[in-house]
Order: sequence, then C-alpha cells, then structure tokens
Amino acid sequence: MTELLEVSDLTKTFGEGEAATHVLRGLSLSLKTGEMAALLGPSGSGKSTLLTILGTLMKPTSGRHWMLGQDLVAANDVALTEFRNRHIGFVFQFHNLLPDFTALENVIFPTAVRAGRETPAARARGRELLVRVGLESRIGFQTTKLSGGQKQRVAVARALMNSPELVLADEPTGNLDRASAQQVMDLIHEINRDEDTTFLISTHDEKIAASCWRQIVVADGLVTG
Amino acid sequence: MLYGLKIAMRYLTASKAQTALLVSGVAVGVFIFIFMSALIGGLAEFILSRTVGDISHVTIEAEIADPAILIDADGFLLAAIEQGRQRTATLRDTETWVPLIETVPGIRAVSPQIAGAGFLTRGAQVAQVSVTGLEIGRESAILNLEGYIIAGSARLGSGVVVLGRRLAEDLDLSVGQVLRLQSSNGVTAVLTLGGIFQTGTGMLDRSSVFVSLPTARTLFALPQGVTRIEIKLDDLNAADDTALRIRALTGLDAVPWTDGAEQLMEALNAQAQTGYFLKTFALITIVIGVASALLLSTYRRRPEIGIMRAMGAGRGFVVFVFVTQGALVGLLGGVTGATLGYLALLPFPRRDEFVSGTLPMDITQGSYGLAIILTVIGAILASILPARAAARVDPVQAIGQ
Repeated sequence: MTELLEVSDLTKTFGEGEAATHVLRGLSLSLKTGEMAALLGPSGSGKSTLLTILGTLMKPTSGRHWMLGQDLVAANDVALTEFRNRHIGFVFQFHNLLPDFTALENVIFPTAVRAGRETPAARARGRELLVRVGLESRIGFQTTKLSGGQKQRVAVARALMNSPELVLADEPTGNLDRASAQQVMDLIHEINRDEDTTFLISTHDEKIAASCWRQIVVADGLVTG
Repeated sequence: MLYGLKIAMRYLTASKAQTALLVSGVAVGVFIFIFMSALIGGLAEFILSRTVGDISHVTIEAEIADPAILIDADGFLLAAIEQGRQRTATLRDTETWVPLIETVPGIRAVSPQIAGAGFLTRGAQVAQVSVTGLEIGRESAILNLEGYIIAGSARLGSGVVVLGRRLAEDLDLSVGQVLRLQSSNGVTAVLTLGGIFQTGTGMLDRSSVFVSLPTARTLFALPQGVTRIEIKLDDLNAADDTALRIRALTGLDAVPWTDGAEQLMEALNAQAQTGYFLKTFALITIVIGVASALLLSTYRRRPEIGIMRAMGAGRGFVVFVFVTQGALVGLLGGVTGATLGYLALLPFPRRDEFVSGTLPMDITQGSYGLAIILTVIGAILASILPARAAARVDPVQAIGQ
C-alpha cells in the first residue's frame, strides 16, 4: 500500500493570548491508500479539528500537511477547493444534504459544480451510486422526504461521486438507529474493499472502531495510540 | 455557469412566497418609475405643446440696419436718422432661401410671412391688431389655424381675413361680413371675414388677424421680400442645433425659440430634475429591497453554502449563484412592473389627445426598456454585497450550525 497522506507536527490554536486554546499540539499521522481507520478519543481531544484540517476546510497553525504529493499548507483557497472536490469526500454526522434538491441532484453535486453543468455521465454515475447504496426507489425524491438512514446513505453516495482517494467521516452513524447504522457501516466497508478508497472515521462507537483495520487514538491534541 | 443558474433558480422557486413578495416589491418600484417617466414626460410634452407647439421654432428676421448718420470732415455729427418704431427691414430673395432652408433635416414647414400693425374698423368700432400675411394654401404651416377654426374656413384668398374669437366678439363680427383693415403704412383694404379661430391664447384671439401674403404686400407696400421666415421643426428640442445649421447654410440670423424662453426651459428642467429624483428613489428602494432580501437568504442558507463549499464549490460559484438570484429577481420584477405600468397607462389619452382635466400621461415615454435594464443592473449591484457575504461563509462554522 502506498502512502496517501501525511501530517507532521501539526498544531492548531484558536484565539490569541490568554484566550488561546491549543487544540492540536504537534500531531503526526500518516494514512495509506485503501486503509480503513477509526479515529478515537474523548470529546475535545481534537478529532474534529484534525478531520477538518485533513479535509482542507481549515489550515493548521503550523506543521506539514501532504496528500498525493501536494503540500496543502502552501496551497491557496482556489487550489484547496479544487483539491477537495477531486480527492476528498465527506460524510457528516448530520447528513448535511441540500434540502431543496433531490437525492440524485445531491449526489452529483460535486461533479456538476466542477463541470458547470449536470452531464449525462454524472447522472449515470449518480444513479449507479444510489442503486449501490440501496436507494434506487428514491432517486428523484426530495431529501426532506427521506428517512435519517436514507439521507446518510445519500451522503455516502455523494462522498463517493468523484471517486475520491480519501473519505472523511465524522460520526457517520451517530445520528442513526442501530439497523441504519449497521447498513451504513456495511456500505462503507464494501466500498473500501471494492474501490480501495481510504476511510478515516471519527467515532465514539467501539464496535465501529473495532470493525476498522486500524484505530488511531487522539488525546490532548496528540496521537497517543 | 449553467449549473449556477440552476441552483439560483432552485433557490428562488424553493421559497415561492418569499420570491413572489420580493418580485412584487421590485415590480412596484418599476411601476412607479414608469408611471413617473410617463407623467413627467407627458407633462413636459403637454406644457411645450401648449406654449411653443404653435409658434415658430426657428425664426429668421431681417437684420435692421444701423440708423444713417451724417458726419462732417472734423468728425462732428451733423445729422442722424432716428430709428422708427416699426420694423421695416425686409428679407429679400425669399425664393432662394426657402428651398435651401427646406433641405435642412428635421424641418417640417417653412413659412415666409409679412407682419405689421394695423387697425380693424367696422362701422364706428376700431381695434388695433397685428397683421400677418401668410402664403395661400399654407395657412396652418406654423400655427394650426385650421385646427382652431370655430366658424368659416382658414383658407386665405384674396381679400379675405381670418381673426380670433375675442376680436370678432368685440367688433360683433360674423363670417361673411365686410370690414376695413388699415395698415400702419396708411394703406386700407376692404376685406371679407372668412373665418374665426379660437386658440385659447388671449393675445392671439384678441388682436391677431391673418391675411394672404399678396394682401399683406399691398397693405405694407412690400412688392417683394418678406419681413420674416418662420420655421417649424419635427422636434422642437432640436431648435438650437437647427438654427445653427441654417445660419451656417444661409448666413441669415436664425433665432431658435429657446432664445428668450429661459424661464420656461428652467421650469421644464426643474420638472425633469424632480422626475429624476423620484425615479432615483424608486431605484434605491428596489436596490435596498433586493439587498435586504438576499442578505436574509444568505443568512438562512449559511449551512447549505457551507456544504457546497465543502463539496468543492469555489467562492466564485457562490457569488455567481447569489448574483444570478438578484439578476433574476430584477428581471422578473422589471418585466412585471413594466407590463403593469404599460397596462395602467393604456386608459389615459394619447399624447396628441390630451384634454383638460386629465393627467397628461404619455404612454410612449414610459421608459420601459430603461426601467428593466436599470432594475436588473440595480438588482445585480444589490446582490453583490450578500453574494460576497455568502462567499465568505466559513464552511466549518456553517456546517456546525
């Protein structure tokens, strides 16, 4: 397995002076292509901040952040936006779908926003992904008419739309009932296995963590295990 | 950018009531803009047509020569001929000038005239009048004599006079009666009253008489030439430029109607300025309305903007979506307001049919295209601030909301 990303000596501080909060304190981590890793740690340990930085939605205060051979600390906003669109997928705890759009429109958004239009190829890929996550009967549904588990599966399909190398999932089952949570996790494992997509899943659920190949424990802004 | 357009349209159609309200607000602003344009433009047209519509727009009068003086060898003034009160200068070679002037673009009619003073007598009654000699067959070239006739005809044949209603009442005249007209030169002519007009202008109705040009030549002892040439234009606002052209072409002293009409021009300008202010306020209202509505929309859609940014939408895309929303609202509101404005103006009389007691609205001066264009531009400008605010949304914070 080749190395997909590496962060080293990563720090992130919010606020200044006496009000400064040091969330990451020199964290180092690397992920390989096709890995399925769980990110564990108590609330406030810096897991979400780390995911946000790895997702290029936020820059670290200091440290190195490389992915696919690119220095993402030095990249500007336009470059980061494009990089994120092409190489990173997100699954959030609260699905975060666009409410005024259908399931299919949500799924193909990452491709359409890059192409400037909804191409037939994108539509075909979107349908294929929705079939794969078991939502073939909900393709044209407004997302407001879907159940929580269905919404989260749409979110998984959207994260995979541009065939990213890395999918970051922040408590993807935290808002789902047990059955729906199991469905979503089965789906993630299947995609990881079939497409060699790297997953980094932030979770408090030990069962989910145990199902991943690797467990990364974060505490006080550092990787401790 | 087709995709940006789709998102913008989806946002507008997703909140139908809010969008309808916003478009209605813009439409009301545009309606006011169009209504004011038609009213101010119609009012100006009305005032101009009532004040200068029936007068010469460019007038050429013969230049009066300096009074003759006699000076001795030492430079002492021996004698000077005092300038008479009556204008006696004449324009010669009218036959040459008139066809030349008629070639100038924008000229509707050219009327060579002989004007002077005289006394109209009927029995023991005498009235002082101003006499104008007009070409036969072109009596209505400048003043629409034909249109103001209330009895008889405007046709000026040999030995025929046409005069105003007030004068006819003063002298108790009716069409077909015979009267005597004595010019200031002392020449008397016996004329038949061919027609009575009523312009509504006191001076004209009370003291003006019109005769044919040959009759005027006899009365004022002018076997050739005329005392002035009056010119009517298609566009009376072009009088200054046309007068300059005629001067350049003929060397004659062509004077536009605007000379000496400064007060009228000032009043019209002030009225136009008032119109601009009102229209500007209407536009400002539109801009503020669109900006505030889109700012609210930006705030409401912060989480969605954050999601879009996280999914790889650039700041430019977000700006485009919100600016397009503004443009669409402006276009919809502009077209709706312009249509309503046009429909509201339809019942008003046309510009050439203005009647007393009604608003002089001119449907042709509604500035419909301008209103729509300015509204779209205004709405786009109004949406820039909310769009930039949307583009600055921090996806991390927005998603966390």
